[in-house]
Amino acid sequence: MSDLSRGDLTAVTVTGNQELAPNVRVISFPRHQPFRAGQTVSLALEPGGPQRIYSIASGEHEKEIRILYDVRHGGKVTPHMSRLSSGDTLFVSSPSGTFLGTPEPAWWIAAGTGVAPFASMFLSGMHQGKVLIHGGKHRQSFYFSGHFLSLMEGRYIRCCSRETGEGLWPGRVTAYLARPELILPEVKYYLCGSTEMVVETRDLLIRRGVPFARILAEIYF
Amino acid sequence: MTRGQLDAALEGLSLPGYASGQIVRWLYGPPISDINDMTNLSLKARAALSDRFTLGLQNPLHYQESTDGTKKYLFPAGRGRVEAAWIPEGDRSTLCLSTQVGCKMGCLFCMTGKQGFQGNLTVTEILNQYQSLPERDQVTNIVYMGMGEPFDNLEAVMQSLEVFTAPWGFAMSPRRITVSTIGILPAMEHFLEHSRCHLAVSLHSPFEEERRKLMPVQHVYPLDEVLSVIRKYDPGRQRRISFEYILFRDFNDTPRHVNQLARILNGIRCRINLIRFHPIPDTPLQPSDEKTLEAFLVALNRKGIRTTARASRGQDIQAACGLLSTKAQVTGKVTG
Repeated sequence: MSDLSRGDLTAVTVTGNQELAPNVRVISFPRHQPFRAGQTVSLALEPGGPQRIYSIASGEHEKEIRILYDVRHGGKVTPHMSRLSSGDTLFVSSPSGTFLGTPEPAWWIAAGTGVAPFASMFLSGMHQGKVLIHGGKHRQSFYFSGHFLSLMEGRYIRCCSRETGEGLWPGRVTAYLARPELILPEVKYYLCGSTEMVVETRDLLIRRGVPFARILAEIYF
Repeated sequence: MTRGQLDAALEGLSLPGYASGQIVRWLYGPPISDINDMTNLSLKARAALSDRFTLGLQNPLHYQESTDGTKKYLFPAGRGRVEAAWIPEGDRSTLCLSTQVGCKMGCLFCMTGKQGFQGNLTVTEILNQYQSLPERDQVTNIVYMGMGEPFDNLEAVMQSLEVFTAPWGFAMSPRRITVSTIGILPAMEHFLEHSRCHLAVSLHSPFEEERRKLMPVQHVYPLDEVLSVIRKYDPGRQRRISFEYILFRDFNDTPRHVNQLARILNGIRCRINLIRFHPIPDTPLQPSDEKTLEAFLVALNRKGIRTTARASRGQDIQAACGLLSTKAQVTGKVTG
């Protein structure tokens, strides 16, 4: 997400705003324009108000758009957005961005709400030949895991840094990727998350011999 | 703080109307170390100010000097640290300022990006890098090219530009100040509309697919949109639009790149500033050799694009372009 606005906004009616974990929610509204999996929209609570950019987390063919977001304490947008409910109005930009999913084999690597574009790609039918490595602090941090487990079991790795549990790999994404026994295939690597996560993971992949031209990064500014 | 912020801050102190003008001259004139040094204010006014405010000036914690005369200063910023570089060169003396502790943008070639983002600088912390600089009186030019993306901290940057250029502030010509961005569009548009300072845009490849590999921001603000915004504005003859271009060996230094640069910049009155790459840890990129740089420069000039090559300064103290970092001093988030 970003503090950076773009373009004219369309008023949409909120259809849901569900808490997935403490301070993490998913807000939904009818799809106002077509989009491609991996694209972003800018959201505002009112025209002329501050905007934030978010990755779309729903599939290209779904009738609604879902946005996964962290509620930032003291923020100008998300504390208010977290209080919206069905029937309230939200302002949305046209979809944009080039962090796009493709059918070719790839590894999707995300941390926290950075899984959103990969959820969109998954729900758009692009999960064949993909591996998803998702990092989160807690057991509840693996948003949309029900979807991913249904079709990507064995190719869906949940790296949990602060808790243990069945099906969770104990540690951070970078620790998972640094294991010498892990063979990194010649595929594209899509990274999405905070600057720290993206930079650390990118450096690690490069150190392990992945050409930087095969690494695509989306940073949550 | 800006004049408006000062006036608002003084409300309720029962100071005479002219006091604001007196205070602002103390704030942005020759440095003083204490509010009690504002000797043309009454004792009562100084006491009232001291009860509520401090000057906010913080001396550099440390400095290093390069063999070429460049100095790199470490300044406190909230609970973090930032670096600023003072670069003397003949009659010119340039101060390279930081606007954030760390940076969110994660460009592949930049050391600052490797420390992640710890926080925005306040306007006071931006200005302090100038006000507390030992060579302050020698500074002729200011460039916002240090740590951080200036347009990701737009409000503080615009306020600092106001102080630098206002007659009541440091009264510097906007022609002496350059703000560099990787192309944060809405903020860049705001800057073009509301400031007369020069703009520098980090370009680094004229091909979107290549630029995306270097700069994740390309996914959000593609180069063609950045150039469209620049085309909308007539910078006039006084304002300079420049494009920063770091040359990477066998990546963005070919005749194909020259031709594409000429194509995409057609119709924009601008210049290109070629920068030598200073390798950073874990980078897969290598600098182009001097012969390639020279050929690239000549070819662009032949295409009618005024092109210069920036001299590398302060490389031995990690003060050159793309090398500033305070990762070792990171202690937590700072304010902003």
